[in-house]
Amino acid sequence: MATESAAATAAPAKKGLWAWVNKRLPVDEFVAEQLTGYYAPKNFNIWYFFGSLAGVVLVLQLLTGIFLTMFYKPGELTSFDSVEYIMREVNFGWLIRYLHSTGASAFFIVVYLHMFRAFLYGSYKKPRELLWLLGMLVYLVLMAEAFMGYVLPWGNMSFWGAQVIVNLFGTIPAIGPGLVEWIRGDYGIADATLSRFFALHVVALPLGLLLVVALHLVALRRTGSNNPDGIEIKEKLGADGKPLDGIPFHPYYTVKDIFGIGVFFILLAIVVFFVPTLGGLFLEAPNFDPANPMSTPEHIAPVWYFTPYYAILRAVPDQRLGALLMGLAVISFLFVPWLDRSPVKSMRYRGWLSRTMLALFVVSFIALGYLGLQPAEGLYVMLARIFAAVYFAFFWLMPIYTSIDKVRPVPERVTYHAH
Amino acid sequence: MADHAVVAGEPVDMGRRKFLTRATAATGAVGAAFALVPFIESWAPSERARAQGAPTELDLSKLEPGQMTTTVWRRSPIYVVRRTPDMVKRIAGHDADLKDPNSDKSEQPAYAKNPVRARSAEYLVLVGTCTHLGCLPKQRFAEGELYPSWPGGFFCPCHGSRFDLAGRVFQGSPASINLRVPPYSYPNERTLLVGGDEKGAA
Amino acid sequence: MRTEMWTGMRSWRSLAVVALLVGNLAWAAEPATEGEAGAKAGADWKSWRADNNVTDMASVQRGARNFTSYCLGCHSLKYERWSRLGTDLSIPPALLQRDLIPPGDKDTQYILTTMPAEDAANWFGKTPPDLSLMARSRGKDYIYQFLKTFYVDPTRQTGANNLRLPTTAMPHVLSELEGLKRAVFRDEVKKGEGGERTHEQVFDHFETIAPGRLTAAQYDDFVRDTVNFLDYASEPTQAARRDLGVWVVLFLIVFTWLAYLVKNEYWKDVH
Repeated sequence: MATESAAATAAPAKKGLWAWVNKRLPVDEFVAEQLTGYYAPKNFNIWYFFGSLAGVVLVLQLLTGIFLTMFYKPGELTSFDSVEYIMREVNFGWLIRYLHSTGASAFFIVVYLHMFRAFLYGSYKKPRELLWLLGMLVYLVLMAEAFMGYVLPWGNMSFWGAQVIVNLFGTIPAIGPGLVEWIRGDYGIADATLSRFFALHVVALPLGLLLVVALHLVALRRTGSNNPDGIEIKEKLGADGKPLDGIPFHPYYTVKDIFGIGVFFILLAIVVFFVPTLGGLFLEAPNFDPANPMSTPEHIAPVWYFTPYYAILRAVPDQRLGALLMGLAVISFLFVPWLDRSPVKSMRYRGWLSRTMLALFVVSFIALGYLGLQPAEGLYVMLARIFAAVYFAFFWLMPIYTSIDKVRPVPERVTYHAH
Repeated sequence: MADHAVVAGEPVDMGRRKFLTRATAATGAVGAAFALVPFIESWAPSERARAQGAPTELDLSKLEPGQMTTTVWRRSPIYVVRRTPDMVKRIAGHDADLKDPNSDKSEQPAYAKNPVRARSAEYLVLVGTCTHLGCLPKQRFAEGELYPSWPGGFFCPCHGSRFDLAGRVFQGSPASINLRVPPYSYPNERTLLVGGDEKGAA
Repeated sequence: MRTEMWTGMRSWRSLAVVALLVGNLAWAAEPATEGEAGAKAGADWKSWRADNNVTDMASVQRGARNFTSYCLGCHSLKYERWSRLGTDLSIPPALLQRDLIPPGDKDTQYILTTMPAEDAANWFGKTPPDLSLMARSRGKDYIYQFLKTFYVDPTRQTGANNLRLPTTAMPHVLSELEGLKRAVFRDEVKKGEGGERTHEQVFDHFETIAPGRLTAAQYDDFVRDTVNFLDYASEPTQAARRDLGVWVVLFLIVFTWLAYLVKNEYWKDVH
């Protein structure tokens, strides 16, 4: 092997302190098993950057979040002021806060692209069903984390966002109203609500997030990554027992991911330093008004990453059914491994039916995201209903269209063109 | 083996590879170091803390001779003593018992590096935290109050450091330097400005 | 004592419109040349943009002066400190203390109005809002349009109304500078869904009643400077943010380029 990695894989026979450490903590072994000895398909394309980027954003959010916690003061009377204190008086506080607020949106961008990749190449199909479910669990925890984080600045959108989302639980039959009161800890969104959301946002949910992310990674190591051809590289082993179409994760994918991280940070920095509010998409203008229980902002919408679901909620002219369909829209993702009946994984070898449905789904998801930001009136509501129908059709007609869809033969080996 | 994705023995320029890897790693390390700056800086006193640490004024007109008053500057108690001529006299005569009689090792503005450790003998301005470990020394101004030869001064109850009426530390105290003198000035005859002098705000 | 005088003077200014209605137009001595003399002055007010430039330090400084002279009587900037303003706007401490800070206030204090909140609530029906974040929550164009679309409306207690914020509780404190204008509405007939006709008053244009001390162009600059200052005050770190951003992005481009070369170098192994 022409790489330095060969040495690390083969020989843990080192001396001195390092050997001492390795006798007690399997550092070299871990590297050998998880990085240099972990073989990933060689044909990853651009869609495979987003997993590692999600990890990078997670670290960024933890780091900036820990520092914000040092200056932020939860409380009806202190939250808003303490955020302005961070923005104006703490040295580089504005940078740490913008990194955190932009990082929240970036998290969802990379996670959505990561999920799209799974749809594109059938990464959720056997044997990766649990990997997909754990990923969806990451997504659900992330949504809760983002929502509670959004409440903390205690701006007027924070307040009314909390009001609307918490009231959704009121649509649950029988226990709804009592549940809402229990979540709020008061007769309206108040100090008690803010404090418990703070605790959940900075302690409980991050711990949960780290746990499910770790499980997601463990499951990934068990099955290995899928690839754009949807071929199991473990089925074609060389004489040495290594996959023929696999390459060591380190150094090949570490150097590739570092390049991807560089590109990602350029884009992140452009937003953070030049357009931190991104025209109201990442930080909404009404949230620069302090929370006011007596005045709803003229136009209220959640942050962009929730708007597809929000549009579905508003499209239904019935409170309970709307909330139900919104919940269904989220959990539909969980069933995908069993709804997809296609004999092949990757869209590369599927027919026009599957491809069209995926394209329609992407269009409807983006359209719903756009509509969720617009006022709920006239044409917008009509469009939201149409796109919601397409959204659900993608999931729940999947057993039918993936069964009748014509597939092409999958090649024996992955397609890769060296540069 | 030739089927493998990564093939051994390919003609690769290892020199170029090493150079590029090291250059990227070095650049990355520089970037990481810069990225740490905002986080480290955020712990330094904020704009608000610095504004609250601005020079503070004290009205001297109500301070009787022989009395002490306390004000706060930068979260430290500032002792202001209006010394009587008798108290000033009691500063002299025990230089041999002091650790740093000429304040060579101690911290004070140039205008307070003199036997009375003040701009004028009448007013003594000190940072009221013991130079040993930061407790607040008590006033023991009366002659012989601690022991017969005690000339009057300050006594720290935590670890027993003793200072004279100019804040100079006695031999045998755990503290090794004299009580600190903050920068100060008199904008007018009745006003003391702690934290600001001719050089501007500290 | 001096503080009270200051307050008194400020509130006198705030209530200038009331005085105007009494008929005291004496200060409108210098006739303003009407820039928008063309047809339908102000008809396009919704498309007016502040177009301010927060890096134009002279403009922000003028805006700060405008703010302390005309806004501070009622409005605070509770998140901004005088000393911070002085540093950011390169105003020497002595000048800051003499020209901008109300007598009795220190430069380490926040920029707070001297008007007691209860008095404000009594006079205007509500407490005038803090302006620290107005340029972010409502937007720069909003403030610009707001300050330029006051018109005389005898039905209002303050004698003034506003297109941007109809039935605003704020009197037209800048009328001394801008002069007085009347809003001309036209009657528009609209057909309802059931075919019934409804009449609606739609704003058509402004008519000048009395010129102010400033020409239209001067008043426009005055408002733009003021908006510029409020833009600065809404995010005092924004100039530093953009300056630092240039270096960060340049550095990241170099790093990413190197990482790209490394990636290509290693991937030569892969076939």
